[in-house]
Amino acid sequence: MDGNLELAYLSLSAILFVIGGVGLLVRRNPLVMIMCVELMLNAVNLSFVTFGKMLDDISGQVIVFFVLVVAAAEVVVGLALIVAYTRRRPDANADDIRLLRG
Amino acid sequence: MVELLWLIPALPLAGFVVLLFFGKRIGEPVAGWLGTAAVGAAFLTAIVVFAGLWNEPDHTYELSLFTWIPAGDFHVDIGFLLDPLSMAMVLFITGIATLIHLYSIGYMHGDERFPRFFTYLNLFVFSMLMLVLGDNLVLTFLGWEGVGACSYFLISFWFTKDANATAGKKAFITNRVGDWGFMVGTFIVFFAFGTVTYTQFLPQASGLAQTTATFIAVMMLVGAIGKSAQLPLFIWLPDAMAGPTPVSALIHAATMVTAGVYLLVRLNPILAASADWVPWAIAIVGCATAFVAATIAVAQTDIKKVLAYSTVSQLGYMFLAVGSGGYSAAIFHMITHAFFKACLFLGAGSVIHGMHDQQDMRFMGALRKIMPITAITFMIGWLAISGVIPFSGFWSKDDVLAYALHKNFFLYLFGLIAALFTAFYMSREVFLVFFGKARWGESAEAELANLKAHGVGAGATPLHAGTVGDPDADLGAVTDDEIEHATTVHPHESVWMMTVPLVVLAFFAATAGVLNLPFTENMEFLNRWLEPVIGQYQAHLEESTLQLVVELTISTIVALSGIALAYAVYMKHKVKASKVEHPILFHGWYIDHGVTLFMGGPGRKLFDLAATFDRVVIDGAVNGVGRLTRGGASHLRSIQNGYVRWYALMIGLGTVLILAFILTQVNF
Repeated sequence: MDGNLELAYLSLSAILFVIGGVGLLVRRNPLVMIMCVELMLNAVNLSFVTFGKMLDDISGQVIVFFVLVVAAAEVVVGLALIVAYTRRRPDANADDIRLLRG
Repeated sequence: MVELLWLIPALPLAGFVVLLFFGKRIGEPVAGWLGTAAVGAAFLTAIVVFAGLWNEPDHTYELSLFTWIPAGDFHVDIGFLLDPLSMAMVLFITGIATLIHLYSIGYMHGDERFPRFFTYLNLFVFSMLMLVLGDNLVLTFLGWEGVGACSYFLISFWFTKDANATAGKKAFITNRVGDWGFMVGTFIVFFAFGTVTYTQFLPQASGLAQTTATFIAVMMLVGAIGKSAQLPLFIWLPDAMAGPTPVSALIHAATMVTAGVYLLVRLNPILAASADWVPWAIAIVGCATAFVAATIAVAQTDIKKVLAYSTVSQLGYMFLAVGSGGYSAAIFHMITHAFFKACLFLGAGSVIHGMHDQQDMRFMGALRKIMPITAITFMIGWLAISGVIPFSGFWSKDDVLAYALHKNFFLYLFGLIAALFTAFYMSREVFLVFFGKARWGESAEAELANLKAHGVGAGATPLHAGTVGDPDADLGAVTDDEIEHATTVHPHESVWMMTVPLVVLAFFAATAGVLNLPFTENMEFLNRWLEPVIGQYQAHLEESTLQLVVELTISTIVALSGIALAYAVYMKHKVKASKVEHPILFHGWYIDHGVTLFMGGPGRKLFDLAATFDRVVIDGAVNGVGRLTRGGASHLRSIQNGYVRWYALMIGLGTVLILAFILTQVNF
């Protein structure tokens, strides 16, 4: 594997991360926001794998499994919250949920 | 038997609790008998414990019930220290309290708050016993404050009258000055020794640095001056006479006011370790108080006021004895004084009761035929306090004066002059109340008209009325209302509940001198009994028999000349009474007035300054911190707006900032 290919993987990872981050900030649909978070997580996963390959270290791939497990758990909780809230108020977006303001 | 010690304070406490909750339901007179029984049982227990104490080593017994305040290594116990000093105190406190409880059943008859009176009295006896029995300074302070609170309750017992409530407040506030001294003294004891238990710190007192010991002694002296009504804090005691007469007898003559003397005697190792001027200061305070109060008593017209100033004066003698190193003499005089002053006060109460609440001696006279028991017992008290041989006051006062002479001739001289005044004003009281012509009743109109025109002595100018502290009050003494009241009075002798205590107290007032006769060492029972507590630091008198006889003769001459002078003025009218009863004396040397002027003028400004400082600086600091916090928070809370996306942005920005910081710090 030559240096350009690694640069390409890392660039893809950075682009995915920024897309996810901007999506999280600009979209108001909670479901889309969760998807953006997932996108960011997977962008990080991609860079982990790439670095693991670059440094010839298996730890990079091991961490990805941990991230996947945690992300799955997070999605379970997050989706459950969204489902519960959408049943109560079908047209609610993320900005409507702001009772915890100071 | 000595293990029963805890019962002594527990019995009055039980009486207090029962009367507090069920007093109203029990009612008169059972509530009174219950209170009397509680204190009487305590007295009997005290006698049993006394018998048991003989077998204890050094006549000392300690009993610790439980830990009251645990704080690491330091702890304060509810514990009792029974030694010869506290035993002597307990015996006369419970004994006299029992008699006064019995007397009160008769005196308070018909009062609508009859049960409440005995509730307070029992609480007082409990507090007083804690004061003398407590084995540490904190427990003594508990009793010290307890008796102060009871004193306040009882002075203003008839609180519907404004003057009584004011007198209660005055006593309470004046006492606080003394309490401050006691508290500071206790703190220093703790700093110096790490403990406040008497048996732990008193033996170490001789190893104390002189400055520390002096500081403790001075602070405790301030406490004692406040509680025992010495110059300059004596002003509350005469006003305390607003309370019912049994209260004056028990609290403001026999027991509570002697607490200061007890404290100083208890702390005698500290006094011995302090600078030489401390005992001098105590002696001078005592001597000055004895003299000043005795002179004021000469010009009072209220039968109880005379006795009040007399109490202040006699307490001065006790301080004089303590300052001269005569601790046993102080306790001796305390005990005899308790007997004869309680007898005199109860006698005065009997007169007031019989005269339908008349307290003004100008409207009395010739009462000896109507109140024979009161008159005889009162006269025994009079002979005792005047120092006539062989009554108890003669021996104890002479004991005090012997120590004063040992210390310094001038202390002795002023003590003698005060004794002369004592004999004079007490004789004046006896002559005005029990002898002469009746200045009451329907047939006394001529006498009353004469009184209105001339005052008590024939041809004398009008007496000076008006309240103490108000020298501009109308000096034209007797009003028509008072005259009218006097003509409707029908005096009578009191009931047996009141006369029996009088007789018992008069018996002891006459004979208590045998406790400590100065002739041989074997006859000084009290001196030998108190040896374990005070023997080490007691001044040692080495008097020849001749010296003793000369002193006793001088005392007798002084006492008899005081009585003779009063006889000349008030019975034979050789001198106008108004020449003796100078306005300065009537107004108590204007000390009260001076305090009022100072507190109302410059003192008031000082207090205002303190109040302003409190409001601006102290409150300002506290409120400023609060305002700052509130203001800062109201700005900070706008960040917390509730938008999840805003939080996400903040997390992102924060991450970027932290990353940027780390990247600048790390060298690749």
